[in-house]
Amino acid sequence: MSDLHLLSVKALATLLKTKQVSAVEVATRFLARTGGNPHNAFLDIDSEVTLAQARASDAKLADGTAGPLEGVPVAHKDVFVTRDFATTAGSKILSGYRSPFDATVVQRLRTAGMVTLGKLNCDEFAMGSANENSAYGPVQNPWDTSRVPGGSSGGSAAAVAAGLAPAATGTDTGGSIRQPASFCGITGIKPTYGRASRYGMIAYASSLDQAGPMARSAEDCALLLSALCGADVDRDATSLDMPTEDFSASLNQTLEGLRIGIPKEFFGEGLHPDVRAAVDGALREYEKLGAQLVPISLPRTELSIPVYYIIAPAEASSNLSRFDGVKFGHRAKDYTDLVDMYKKTRAEGFGNEAKRRIMTGAYVLSHGYYDAYYLQAQKIRRMIADDFQNAFKQCDVIAGPVAPSVAWKLGENANDPVADYLADIFTLPASLAGLPGMSVPAGFGAHNMPVGLQLIGNYFKEAQLLNAAHQLQQATDFHLRTPKGLQ
Amino acid sequence: MSLTPQDIARIANLARLELKPEESERMLTQINGFFGIVAAMQAVDTSGIEPMAHPVAAIQDITLRLRPDVVSEPNQRDLNQRSAPAVERGLFLVPKVIE
Repeated sequence: MSDLHLLSVKALATLLKTKQVSAVEVATRFLARTGGNPHNAFLDIDSEVTLAQARASDAKLADGTAGPLEGVPVAHKDVFVTRDFATTAGSKILSGYRSPFDATVVQRLRTAGMVTLGKLNCDEFAMGSANENSAYGPVQNPWDTSRVPGGSSGGSAAAVAAGLAPAATGTDTGGSIRQPASFCGITGIKPTYGRASRYGMIAYASSLDQAGPMARSAEDCALLLSALCGADVDRDATSLDMPTEDFSASLNQTLEGLRIGIPKEFFGEGLHPDVRAAVDGALREYEKLGAQLVPISLPRTELSIPVYYIIAPAEASSNLSRFDGVKFGHRAKDYTDLVDMYKKTRAEGFGNEAKRRIMTGAYVLSHGYYDAYYLQAQKIRRMIADDFQNAFKQCDVIAGPVAPSVAWKLGENANDPVADYLADIFTLPASLAGLPGMSVPAGFGAHNMPVGLQLIGNYFKEAQLLNAAHQLQQATDFHLRTPKGLQ
Repeated sequence: MSLTPQDIARIANLARLELKPEESERMLTQINGFFGIVAAMQAVDTSGIEPMAHPVAAIQDITLRLRPDVVSEPNQRDLNQRSAPAVERGLFLVPKVIE
């Protein structure tokens, strides 16, 4: 089979179960594709480890103990710790780090049978919207290698779009699954905060970080999401004690009568006309499918930018204090005493964006400023979450753009971090509210670059989101388009 | 409001970051640029609003759990120390702190 790299997770799982292909054959094909590290998507590959997992999967497929996704490859964003691959979170401060354990998400997908292809590039500690903040170099967008793939899960999005992996994990703190999925023309979902375990996910902003799958279709995302979500109450204090759910069960429900809320704040002047045209096209498809568009308002959409960029750096400055050159990772060579060692190690180990966020966070948490910034931001966070609950009285799901524009050129925002922050405007509100959100390919905009439609659901309504996305993908073929040269 | 070079020096010390002079200067400009968009947040009347830490608290009571205080992990000293910059006889080495 020559087109294994274009097959869906679902198709691969079926071929493997019916013994038309072996896990070792599939893994070998994908490993061959990652040779030379196209698009700089991967940070660590170890074919011995991958092939050993594939052989174990073949044994399970042979003796009838196979998991639902047995033998299907997956690659993990480098913020998930892994025992058998290096883990850096895209940072120099963790260069060469080997974790003593696997993150719960990694372990759950392995239990479901998935074979790990390696670790994927990302913005340092998941801080960024373009994957340009990785200490190991930027990732290219497979649709146009002069453009960014989005971030922070840029390696994950590029790997799936370029057929280097059928699926990948990502993490979303302020849009880091949805925005790169949109920029690379793939599908990604961030579940309700607390659904997926954060154990072994290197913490950036603990009250916002959530793991989720990225793949070509909603159907594939549903398969991975069902496997990776689940209570982890002994190891993650914010994990919700909820049973696992089969998110594939209701993909085929009709959308007749579905009320889709259209927030007017998502369609203001900041939205580029090419993105708007693609989003409007997808919304018209929904009307054809029987859904009804309902105008709604999320009045604090703009406020979500300062609120997020106070809360996330505050939590980051605290989380990143553990990187001190003592227990793991990089240590500076020359220093005079312990404090000097900390300062030089951190100066050498962290990149510019991580330093900026540590500084901003330390400032807003410092004596005399905590109430004015962090506490104020947490109060507005509640108002933003309440705005969503009001909106959900009038609608079942909310739809709009993922980002104001298509992927920009590498280096375009390099000296202007605030420009990157402003581009997060449409993903931040759902992150702050902890709601599930996804990006679904909706067409193409300027320079023939992909555009994603964002769908936001109420708490625990992932199945409804995936149903809505799957129905759109039955009516459109944007998710099946691939960058040139992939066939 | 705007931060001063002294603020940057003070925070860098709190955050245990050594900044080169040109880095401090750039940081000052960029952080002040960011605080330009924070002003809108401070104008919001939040009297009577409870701060929200766990987002799902918007719809249900969330109490953070405590697990029983029992040993749950095996001893993995070697694995835990394999990525440490300096280790001797199972101990992490740091510069001398007590004369």
